[in-house]
Amino acid sequence: MKPSNTAIVGLGVTDQGKVYGRSPVGFAVEAVRRALEDAGLDPQDLDGLLVNPGMSWGPTGSMASFAVQQAMGVRDVRLSASVGLGGASAGAMVMQAILAIEAGMAETVACVFSDAPLKPPKPKDGKRGGSTGAAYAHAGGLESAYGMFGVNGRYALVAQRHMHEYGTTQDHFGAIAVSERAWAQGNPAAQFCGKPLTMDDYHASRWVTEPFHLLDCCLVSNGGVAVIVTSAERARDLRRAPVYVRGMAQSHPGGDPIETLASGAVQAGKAALAMAGVGIDDIQFCELYDCYTFTVLVTLEDYGFCEKGEGGAFVEEGRIGPGGALPVNTGGGQLSSFYMWGMTPISEGVIQIRGDGGERQVPKHELGLVSGNGGILATHSTLILSGSAS
Amino acid sequence: MSTEKIVPAVTPEFEPFFAAAREGTLVVQRCGSCGTLRFPARSLCARCLSSTTEWIPVSGRGEVYSFFWMHQVYHPSFADDVPYAVAVVKLEEGPTMTTNVLDCSRETLRIGLRVEVVFESRGDLRLPQFRPREEPSGP
Repeated sequence: MKPSNTAIVGLGVTDQGKVYGRSPVGFAVEAVRRALEDAGLDPQDLDGLLVNPGMSWGPTGSMASFAVQQAMGVRDVRLSASVGLGGASAGAMVMQAILAIEAGMAETVACVFSDAPLKPPKPKDGKRGGSTGAAYAHAGGLESAYGMFGVNGRYALVAQRHMHEYGTTQDHFGAIAVSERAWAQGNPAAQFCGKPLTMDDYHASRWVTEPFHLLDCCLVSNGGVAVIVTSAERARDLRRAPVYVRGMAQSHPGGDPIETLASGAVQAGKAALAMAGVGIDDIQFCELYDCYTFTVLVTLEDYGFCEKGEGGAFVEEGRIGPGGALPVNTGGGQLSSFYMWGMTPISEGVIQIRGDGGERQVPKHELGLVSGNGGILATHSTLILSGSAS
Repeated sequence: MSTEKIVPAVTPEFEPFFAAAREGTLVVQRCGSCGTLRFPARSLCARCLSSTTEWIPVSGRGEVYSFFWMHQVYHPSFADDVPYAVAVVKLEEGPTMTTNVLDCSRETLRIGLRVEVVFESRGDLRLPQFRPREEPSGP
């Protein structure tokens, strides 16, 4: 394979979770500012801006990257786009940045996600504020007449079918929730840091869209995350050691996931590994998109860490938790750290490659795999990250 | 508290579907070019992109392909129903439909359960729903 001539050189993560008083644009600018500081760059060094607007952006989201540009006062941007591939957007933005840099269209590109769906608690009755689900529901369509709202149910339909076909159990989903929560205990930035979880707790959590418990579902978070991508040449002079993208691929399979029970990881995994010139057994840790526990299980199968249908057995007995053979979602993932769509796994991938993981740092961190997933297993991105260019 | 259940918006593509439902008939689209059956309604065939289409009656029989129990209340009209079953039913003719399964319980609802269509009044529409179908008696 050819060496990487681009790298991720900055990471910016705002405060996450129940953080109020800021608009989605405000979180995006804060995340980019932190990423630039991390890299040792100034706003005027940016000539590319790619933005994945979360659900709460509203109409501003249609020209999200311009909104961020104006809010930052950046002039003469050469690459600008809003990306709408759901949870695969973050990975796709990094890919688009790399392609543009290699084509000479830009040199230093910020990729950012932000969202602010949570509203502050009402002071009067002291009840919690913001709805988690309602902002994501669509009323008026045919499915709403059947009481089918939001994405929890759509994923549950796929999960139920997977249980039927392959004998996947509730305990298998629970094993993923418990493992990720264990990882979160080593991540001070995680919303569930300090709140460990047992399998009994998992089973006791309320049903949402059965077979999904509440703890099968990701968090909802306010905040922003940004990464800065630049040329390998420029990366050498910056503050932090570069994180190279050794392999990258997208796959958007189409069709009906209830029938295929598979994600874009099937194709994108093969393509990204081939680009990196490595095999799946060379991967030392994974940061997998985890809108639901079930998504992790399917993605592990689709990458080929185990046979199709064997994902349940694979995650048993702590294999993906701290100290396990394959560390997965080492910061707690979206189930237990924070929900910044595809930027959650990318941010943790960068932290691990750099060796910045503190208590949760994995011992082998030369080669990590990061997935993104949007819609109902509809869109997919794979990045293979490494501390060395070749 | 009984709020009116949601009456789905009838888009132009769905007009023939609800016209047939009003008469107690379940219909799906058939591509006039390649013959592929499809649901939900689309103006073009996803297989051959032909816009020639007709609506044809189907048996109204099928089986549960997957399901979940909805415990969340997104709309007040469903507050008294939770948990209720939302399913994907695979029709004998092939297409799938998202629906409720009426008259079932956690003990009886399973993948593969044979179901049949019934029509539920909803505003000025009749909404296709599914319920368990009597097993034929004896061999």
